Amino acid sequence: MKASGRVLLNFCDVHTHYGSLHVLKGVSYEIREGEIVALLGGNASGKSTTMKTVLGLVRPSEGTVSFRGQPIHALRTSEIVRRGIAPVPEGRRLFPRMTILENLEMGRYTRRAEPGWAEELDRVFGLFPLLKERRHQLAGTMSGGEQQMLAIGRALMTRPTLLCMDEPSMGLAPRLVEEVFDIIRAINEQGTTIFVIEQNVNMALSIAHRGYVLQMGEVVLAGSAQELLENPLIRKAYLGSG
Amino acid sequence: MSTVDVLLQQIVNGLALGMMYALLALGFTMVYGIIELINFSHFSVFMTGTFVGLVVLNLMGVTAVSKSLTGFALVGTLVVLFAATMATTGVLGVLIERICLRSLRHVAGTAPMITTIGVAFILINTMLLIWGPQAQRFPQLLPNWRWAVGAAEVTFKQVVLFVVGLVLMLALSHLVKRTTLGKAMRATAQDADAARMMGIDVDRVVVLTFFLGSALAGAGSLFFGLYYGFTGYYIGYTTGLRAFTSAVLGGIGSIPGAVLGGLFIGLTQSLGGQLVGVKWTDVIIFSLLIIVMVFRPNGLLGAHVPQKA
Ligand SMILES: Nc1ncnc2c1ncn2[C@@H]1O[C@H](COP(=O)(O)OP(=O)(O)OP(=O)(O)O)[C@@H](O)[C@H]1O
Ligand SMILES: [Mg+2]
Repeated sequence: MKASGRVLLNFCDVHTHYGSLHVLKGVSYEIREGEIVALLGGNASGKSTTMKTVLGLVRPSEGTVSFRGQPIHALRTSEIVRRGIAPVPEGRRLFPRMTILENLEMGRYTRRAEPGWAEELDRVFGLFPLLKERRHQLAGTMSGGEQQMLAIGRALMTRPTLLCMDEPSMGLAPRLVEEVFDIIRAINEQGTTIFVIEQNVNMALSIAHRGYVLQMGEVVLAGSAQELLENPLIRKAYLGSG
Repeated sequence: MSTVDVLLQQIVNGLALGMMYALLALGFTMVYGIIELINFSHFSVFMTGTFVGLVVLNLMGVTAVSKSLTGFALVGTLVVLFAATMATTGVLGVLIERICLRSLRHVAGTAPMITTIGVAFILINTMLLIWGPQAQRFPQLLPNWRWAVGAAEVTFKQVVLFVVGLVLMLALSHLVKRTTLGKAMRATAQDADAARMMGIDVDRVVVLTFFLGSALAGAGSLFFGLYYGFTGYYIGYTTGLRAFTSAVLGGIGSIPGAVLGGLFIGLTQSLGGQLVGVKWTDVIIFSLLIIVMVFRPNGLLGAHVPQKA
């Protein structure tokens, strides 16, 4: 999808703390409508914290997060989700002893009183025919790849404007990783803006328009996917070549 | 009566009693399932419920010396009695969560559990102050009808308690399995953080759980009053501990497990009392608990104890 240039999410000079641990140290980035933006970085650099802050699960001690021009960093998660941000959490975090259908229903919890359930279900089943076939299977009994599909499907049930994904390729075989990234691209082409956290730098930059690199709670690099792929620092740190 | 007839009779007795333990065990198990808290104040909410029932009946003009009721008067009185008592204990449970436990939700260790023991003592002593140490007679509003079923005898009281218990459990099962709110409860029990990310208001789910669990305990209180015909500030200990055992036996956190455990304990109590002697009841119950725990540490249906990340 073509990026329109309008800023959807503005993460501005955000600091967060877990007790005395200072995790994000003035992180800023923006996501424009229609983009796929990748957030890259090593372990414990604060990637997941960034996403939790967007969702209101971690409160910034300084700085602001705004979505469509409105500050959201003080809102409840339910309100943030209702406004159009949906998460695919790290490690998928499905409800293991609920069926596929029930998991999808929980994805739509904030819109449970609104019409459109059947259409969204059809759309998700269209993207993932397997979920339709197995809709009464317990989520905990699915394979890792299938679970990732369900985690994405669950997030799509609110028809989000911005889909936030935390390491969707984690724990998947290379063939499945490719499949997941194809789906991410397809979702983006249907009009959803995507914020994807990844350690699989090559894969992430192959579909992203732009990317940011987080290191020890600070953005150390930013640029178009092409620029980042060619950046010697990235090549050295993540792509194993000099 | 032959031995088989006696056993049959005790099974009939045990089922009604088992419903009471099951109703009480449900509250333990539901709260544990959601926030992994062993809520000892639940015993006392149950005990308080018997006095709430007493007051509701007195307000309706039914006292310990009233004759039993029949027809519409009986049905009407029972409906009001259960509705008012369950609503009151439900609200009591919500107040306990809101005032005493919510601020401790993120405190690790045993502090929240110890707090529930403190709340239990506050309720016990409040009831002791209001009603005194002596047992209070609980109005016997159910007529003393009985029928022969085979060689066993079924009383009207047993039928009413069993049916009311069954209706309440079916209602709970429908709520938890089929409604969105019930699914949100299960989702929260399975992964509270993920539930929060879906926009589920976990605090609201916790309050709802306390309300439902305490309301069911209120129904259990009425079972106690109607079954035994008395109450007192001290009744929470034994019954509460047996109900807690039911929840653990069934697999703490498991709703069908609580029902199964409750019926199991009810049957053990009546059969054990008959076969071995009433004074051995608790010895038998807790020995069974230990045996089950040795072979199935997660309880009969508790293969999946909720694990929090
Ligand atoms: N709830 C928490 N309480 C205390 N510290 C936390 C908490 N969550 C995260 N941290 C710490 O904050 C730092 C950043 O964590 P975060 O999960 O954001 O890293 P990440 O970049 O997502 O790492 P990974 O690639 O391993 O997922 C880590 O040092 C982590 O230990
Ligand atoms: Mg992470």
